[in-house]
Amino acid sequence: MAMAIRVFLTLLLFLISTHLTSSLYEDQVGLMDWHQQYIGKVKHALFHTQKTGRKRVLVSTEENVVASLDLRHGEIFWRHVLGTNDVVDGLDIALGKYVITLSSDGSILRAWNLPDGQMVWESSLQGSKASKSILYIPKNLKADKDDLILVFGKGCLHAVSSIDGEVLWRQDFAGESIEVGHIIQSTDEIYVAGFIGSSEFYVYGLNAKNGELLKKDHTTLPCDTFGELLTISSDKFVVLDNMRSKILTIKIKNGKISYNQKPISDLIKDSSGQAVIVPSRLPELFALQINSHVLLIKVTNEGDLVLVDKINNVAACSDALSISEGQHAFAFAQHEDSKIFLFVKDVSDWNGDLLKESIIIDQQRGNIDKIFINNYLRTDRSYGFRALMVMEDHSLLLVQQGEIVWSREDGLASVVDVTTSELPVEKEGVSVAKVEQNLFEWLKGHVLKLKGTLMIASPEDVVAIQALRLRSSEKSKMTRDHNGFRKLLIVLTRAGKVFALHTGDGRVVWSILLHTLRKTEVCVHPVGLNIYQWQVPHHHALDENPSILVVGRCGPSLATPAVLSFIDAYAGKELNSLSLAHTVAQVIPLPYTDSTEQRLHLIIDINQHAYLYPRTPEAIDILQREFSNVYWYSVEADNGVIRGHALKSNCIHIVDEYCFDFRDLWSIVFPSESEKIIATVTRKSNEVVHTQAKVMTDYDVMYKYVSKNVLFVANAAPKARGEIGAATPEEAWLVIYIIDTVTGRILHRMTHHGCQGPVHAVFSENWVVYHYFNLRAHRYEMSVVEVYDQSRADNKDVWKFVLGKHNLTSPISSYYRPEVTTKSQSYFFTHSVKAIEVTSTAKGITSKQLLIGTIGDQVLALDKRFLDPRRTLNPSQAEKEEGIIPLTDSLPIISQTYITHSLKVEGLRGIVTVPAKLESTSLVFAYGVDLFFTQIAPSRTYDSLTEDFSYALLLLTIVALVAAIFVTWVLSERKDLQEKWR
Amino acid sequence: MEKGKGLMGSGGRRWGVDLSDNSTSRDIPDPPGFSRASLDQDDSSLSRQKKDAESNWKAQKAWEVAQAPLKNLLMMGFMMWMAGSTVHLFSIGITFSALWQPISALQSVGKMFEPYKDNKVELLGPKLLFIALNLGGLALGVWKLNALGLLPTHTSDWVSSLAPAQEVEFSSGGVNLG
Repeated sequence: MAMAIRVFLTLLLFLISTHLTSSLYEDQVGLMDWHQQYIGKVKHALFHTQKTGRKRVLVSTEENVVASLDLRHGEIFWRHVLGTNDVVDGLDIALGKYVITLSSDGSILRAWNLPDGQMVWESSLQGSKASKSILYIPKNLKADKDDLILVFGKGCLHAVSSIDGEVLWRQDFAGESIEVGHIIQSTDEIYVAGFIGSSEFYVYGLNAKNGELLKKDHTTLPCDTFGELLTISSDKFVVLDNMRSKILTIKIKNGKISYNQKPISDLIKDSSGQAVIVPSRLPELFALQINSHVLLIKVTNEGDLVLVDKINNVAACSDALSISEGQHAFAFAQHEDSKIFLFVKDVSDWNGDLLKESIIIDQQRGNIDKIFINNYLRTDRSYGFRALMVMEDHSLLLVQQGEIVWSREDGLASVVDVTTSELPVEKEGVSVAKVEQNLFEWLKGHVLKLKGTLMIASPEDVVAIQALRLRSSEKSKMTRDHNGFRKLLIVLTRAGKVFALHTGDGRVVWSILLHTLRKTEVCVHPVGLNIYQWQVPHHHALDENPSILVVGRCGPSLATPAVLSFIDAYAGKELNSLSLAHTVAQVIPLPYTDSTEQRLHLIIDINQHAYLYPRTPEAIDILQREFSNVYWYSVEADNGVIRGHALKSNCIHIVDEYCFDFRDLWSIVFPSESEKIIATVTRKSNEVVHTQAKVMTDYDVMYKYVSKNVLFVANAAPKARGEIGAATPEEAWLVIYIIDTVTGRILHRMTHHGCQGPVHAVFSENWVVYHYFNLRAHRYEMSVVEVYDQSRADNKDVWKFVLGKHNLTSPISSYYRPEVTTKSQSYFFTHSVKAIEVTSTAKGITSKQLLIGTIGDQVLALDKRFLDPRRTLNPSQAEKEEGIIPLTDSLPIISQTYITHSLKVEGLRGIVTVPAKLESTSLVFAYGVDLFFTQIAPSRTYDSLTEDFSYALLLLTIVALVAAIFVTWVLSERKDLQEKWR
Repeated sequence: MEKGKGLMGSGGRRWGVDLSDNSTSRDIPDPPGFSRASLDQDDSSLSRQKKDAESNWKAQKAWEVAQAPLKNLLMMGFMMWMAGSTVHLFSIGITFSALWQPISALQSVGKMFEPYKDNKVELLGPKLLFIALNLGGLALGVWKLNALGLLPTHTSDWVSSLAPAQEVEFSSGGVNLG
């Protein structure tokens, strides 16, 4: 008997321990997760509408996506996300059935099947030097029955067969030091035109059949040139001189060059502004932008320039579209308040408009950036036009007949930073009608569920149940829920737009294009840097809305001034914005808040002054109180130095009471000949740790070193900084440090010989996990280091704890210099990694899972138990019972633990975890080109009933039990009475 | 025992007849051959004898009662061995019943020996034995509790929920924002 029980129990234990993670059933997909697909800001667009049937538009984007979109609804037919370094330079259609893309600086040419996006062929084009890359698909140019594709890239001209991608011939221009700008086709000859320097213009004539160099001509232009050469027609070019005051017209006839020049002032009286040639390809015409005007200038056959029109406030011009033989249309858009005027004109007949429409576009989309047009035949045989517009916020709109047919929020493909905000608390006083309806719905839903549980549901019922589960209105409500699953994800995109996404269904609750991050004369290339929680109202400031701080900068350089925006997280309105006089190098959210729950932030500029925000006297008071306890460190990766600083006093040179100086406390200088900083990681400031003690198997206690002021630094050998394989194992090593950032003390140092980066790491509680490449084993490895506080280890007397006479919870300082010990272990790991995160829960009690963004753009959840330095080959019985897994050389990849299940988060860049209010659950948001959100419970949902729990069954059981109790009571009473009468 | 008590007994049992009360049946003639006189004659000597026997019997019974927990103890020991040393429903149930039984027994020590209370019977011995055995049972329960690891006798039991100490300093920073 005892044996049987024991066997049963061991079996039970075994079963529990083998089901390490909760995988997902098929019908649970989409219940708690959502996935959104984006493409990014469109660079090129090609319409494909000739044939009836599916009308589509082919696009390539700045996120290196090639996609085919449905013209009716804007959905993605197919999409390919190329690698981050595989930038698409050219997009065209060949043979009417292949989409040709040129990428990676003109070195990779691919053909995709137009209907389904299957890759047909891929050619790798060799070349010796970096150059501009041009994709040119000539019409009717054949070499041995093959239609040719001409590609200029890496200093070489390649003629590629469009059928199989074979390189038919190539001509190397690398030796000529020519910057090729254009390829021109004339029957059987190909001309290549370009500059040497900025005034020597060269033309080469080549035989289209074999690439043989036929002729060559050059001329020296009278002045240097500015900007790009623009083709007007097959033999004419225009370019500006370097003073931007003259237009040069270059003409090539049979390989001979001739040129004209004309000052802009001859065309227009007020030519004071900086002229720019608009890169729109128009036949016999070009557009010149001066100030806010656009001049349309016609180039006659003799090479004369004639001003055709002058348009004000032009936002964007399209390329010309050939609508019929000899007729070309051209579109441009004008802004006026909230309206956009779209004009389509005939290039040769400038007086009339083919189309004039006004469209009302959401102000939060900003200006039009690009415009692509396409025509269609109306029922009355006239031409209609549709326009694809790329907006300032990177969204994509299709406009037809003055209406927006569809829009895509493709700005969300380039998320820069993410934070979260709570939703408003539910207000009381819900209307009765709603409740009744809800009650009925609720009951109906539960009856259906009950049917499902009792397996008496018909197939229709099953479908209804699934639909009910998926569109549960509960999860997309706009109020805070008890479990804390509903939140707002606030994301900052590269376009400077801030979106609030609902965690329930991923819809955009509000969006705002920040005017501080829009292009102005003062701020030419603004970039959004980070997003912070500025005000999180708690108990005493609950009636205020939470707000968000967005930090940006006027340009990519560190020396440009900073901009701040404060946004109301509920309303999506900008509360305040500041254009600062100082720069921003670091933003430090301090762990102090003022009376309105605004968090204190220090912004540190490049001159190492700290500026305190919010700028209120109260904030200064709070900072003065903690003045001596605020430290700051800077990592100078280029110099290999880490410096520690402390607040000193108010700024000496700047008169500003919110400005503070720092003094240098310590510095760690790594030997530059042997170590280069490649990664640093620190603990999340909002992480909650439940306990400081870790209990070992034999009831022994180890005290975790849970300081927040620690920094993990990974240094690689200088030779091994590059790609994997560039260095031999002997010259590669990886040195890792754990540094106390208050005192600059190195707590731990370890060297991995024969290993190299890239290093991805995550720091949580007292442990750090990092991922790197082992050159000797030719495999990726993951290591874990756990740090324990040895100075607390002698707190072993039980009576001290019983009587509460210990000082383990009294505040500690880094200056006590506690003794630390570390435990570490390394394992092989199959995947290369894009990002690592760790789950975070409300109280920190639930065990942790590592979330690993794999190279396949999926997110894998790996139990921290696998990365436990106490793992041994043969764990004892007690250790096994505690859950220690026998040591294996590699970490298992269990396919059920992919939290993205069958989906891919294309172009995965980051993973964010947010604790829910329910302790067992953590919310995970992964972003890249796609967005993915889900809830995970690393130790299962031990603190709540599952979603598919049948309340109706419970209710029914209770009712049945009560009824049974009543019946039996009556029966027993009756029996008692009979007994007494006997 | 008074006359008529059986008839007018408390609790509304109106029709009950107490047959053990022989005093009510005096008016009924004795059956032939039964002499009541002889019984009445040596009532005093007999009653002393009877009392002695009774007290002996009581003492004996008291010792028996006192020894009863021993069997229980053995039984518990066996059950505990069966339950094993891992924490689960059986072992917890058995352990808690092993703790509860002696405690409830100890609470009702007085009541347990009430029937054997007599001037002549020495109850201290049995009571002490009873208490000792029950304490033994209790000890066994506590030992089992400890064996299951449910007693906070280790440091780990006291520090496992100890919140981390607050830090005096605050430090942050990193690489310059790109």
